[in-house]
Amino acid sequence: MTTSAREQVPRMLALVPYLRARESIPVDQVADDFGVSRSQIVKDLNVLWFCGLPEAVTGDMIDIDMDALESEGVVRVDNTDFLPRPLRLSVAEALSLIVALRTLRESATVAELPTIESALAKLESAAGDGAAAAAAVQVHIERADPAVHAAAREALDTCRRLHLTYLVPARDEQTERDVDPLRLVTEQGRPYLEAWCHRAEGVRLFRLDRVTHAEVLDIAADPHDAVERRDLSEGLFTPGHDDLRAVLDVDGPSRWIAEHHPVDAQREQPDGSLRIWLRVADPGWLRRLVLRQGGGVRIVSPVWLALEVEQSARAALLGYEAH
Amino acid sequence: MNLVIALLVTQQYLTRDRIRHVVTGYHDQSDEAFERMFERDKEELREIGIEIEVGSHEAFFEDEQGYRISRDAFELPEISLEQDEAAVVGLAARVWQHARLAEHTSSALLKLKAAGVGVEPDALALVEPRLTAGEEAFEPLWEAVLTRTPVRFDYARSGADPRSRHLEPWGILSWHGRWYVVGHDLERDATRMFRVSRVRGVVASAGVSGSYDVPADLDLRAEAQALAPAPPDGTATLRVRERRGYALRRRAVSVIPLGDGFDRIELPYAGRWQTAEEIAGYAADVVAEQPADLRDAVVEILRGSAAQEAS
Repeated sequence: MTTSAREQVPRMLALVPYLRARESIPVDQVADDFGVSRSQIVKDLNVLWFCGLPEAVTGDMIDIDMDALESEGVVRVDNTDFLPRPLRLSVAEALSLIVALRTLRESATVAELPTIESALAKLESAAGDGAAAAAAVQVHIERADPAVHAAAREALDTCRRLHLTYLVPARDEQTERDVDPLRLVTEQGRPYLEAWCHRAEGVRLFRLDRVTHAEVLDIAADPHDAVERRDLSEGLFTPGHDDLRAVLDVDGPSRWIAEHHPVDAQREQPDGSLRIWLRVADPGWLRRLVLRQGGGVRIVSPVWLALEVEQSARAALLGYEAH
Repeated sequence: MNLVIALLVTQQYLTRDRIRHVVTGYHDQSDEAFERMFERDKEELREIGIEIEVGSHEAFFEDEQGYRISRDAFELPEISLEQDEAAVVGLAARVWQHARLAEHTSSALLKLKAAGVGVEPDALALVEPRLTAGEEAFEPLWEAVLTRTPVRFDYARSGADPRSRHLEPWGILSWHGRWYVVGHDLERDATRMFRVSRVRGVVASAGVSGSYDVPADLDLRAEAQALAPAPPDGTATLRVRERRGYALRRRAVSVIPLGDGFDRIELPYAGRWQTAEEIAGYAADVVAEQPADLRDAVVEILRGSAAQEAS
């Protein structure tokens, strides 16, 4: 075996039954399915060409139609009867796939469950030890309101516009908006609908648990093929250009804020508090957050927001004197 | 590759001499070189999950050990997925956003494709869940859970000094996008849950793999529920400004208009302090009336928040 054997052998062991099940297949398609370059597949085939039954006479070696590969770019193999099936799933492979499927199940609607359950059952029975290992992993996804979830799903399936009554807690507003659904995703264990919002005139993520009402409209959704979807790989809170930059001192139990929200920088202060620098899309969110902390958070800047919090708290206290 | 094929097709155990004779690449080697190559190849096969059986058919010649690969242990069992099931599996392959686990999922998928399953990453309208695991300690802890290996690590809340923990990890769970590891804390002799992001530095193996058993009644779902807010155990009476306090109104059991621009709502709640914080966040738009201890808590929080420029 060569130095790359650790990758090449498992791939070839999958390649043989894969090609065996397909009479003739373009090499580019093979490369695509295996996630390697075309030249790597050609190298694999050249190795396989010299593989076969022990003490083999030429006819018992794996037969690869090298002419077809060179002239047409397609792969045809023969004499592979001794390797009809791929290798078992390793524990790590079975586990990652089963956990992924269970995560899908956690976030599915009732109507989608049977398909996921049956796929899962088949995989678990084929997986052996990996299925048992999956007992040690649990992924929790919050359930969405079934009516809201079903409406979003229906709008997606039928390409129709959706009317949402949507809560914006940062501003304590209930908004009415028409959206063209793009996809359902989960982020941080919660389901979201990604949609083109006609009110905001852009792509927005809507947390399903903040949708108080959803209605599928009798209007076809506009096609938004060219629309750029949110790249979620950086997480939900992608800093925007017009975000407010804030500096806070957090102390005591309020230190969780530094763990919970992406901060640009943080520094321990001599007085025992932690100074954090962060970007905030909505000042209303920060005002509310600081009000809730009862002095555990002090706004260093912007000063106008510190004053606003102070005034809000004073005004609220008046309500307790009057009653 | 030829070694795999030779050991796979053989009915009998193949002795070393036989293997050396039949497998291309072995026969022109010196004794020493062959032994070295053979040992290395066996080890590599083991690493990729191929179990080589050692044994002998002839009970009287037990010193003549032979090798073979059992087809049952080697081959993926028959699996046939309907088109929609295959599509679901294709979608599952996109769930992991963690490099190593995404790699495992794709190689699993590859084997399924090789078994003839036509996995089409179809445009399904299913929710596309994303499992991220950016925590540095995630991978070592995941491995430790799978191999049942005791571990030692430093653990600290933000701002607190880290303390060393010695844990037999039982399971790992994801809650609102954060990973937690549950296990038996050996020093405290109790079941404990740790947030993976709070593990500082390296996770060191601190014992033998498989040296402990996970309790059969471990219920990770129940452990995860412990992270959820407690169910309401009281009812608060609040004055809420009209068209304000929407999140509170959603949970209210009754809303009565008062005619002065406010509504009176009855709110089931759990946790006095947490609820008081939520109410304080609405400033003058929500006033807690009852119970008195909730009202006092809100006042205390607001007094603290009003002191922004104090220091």
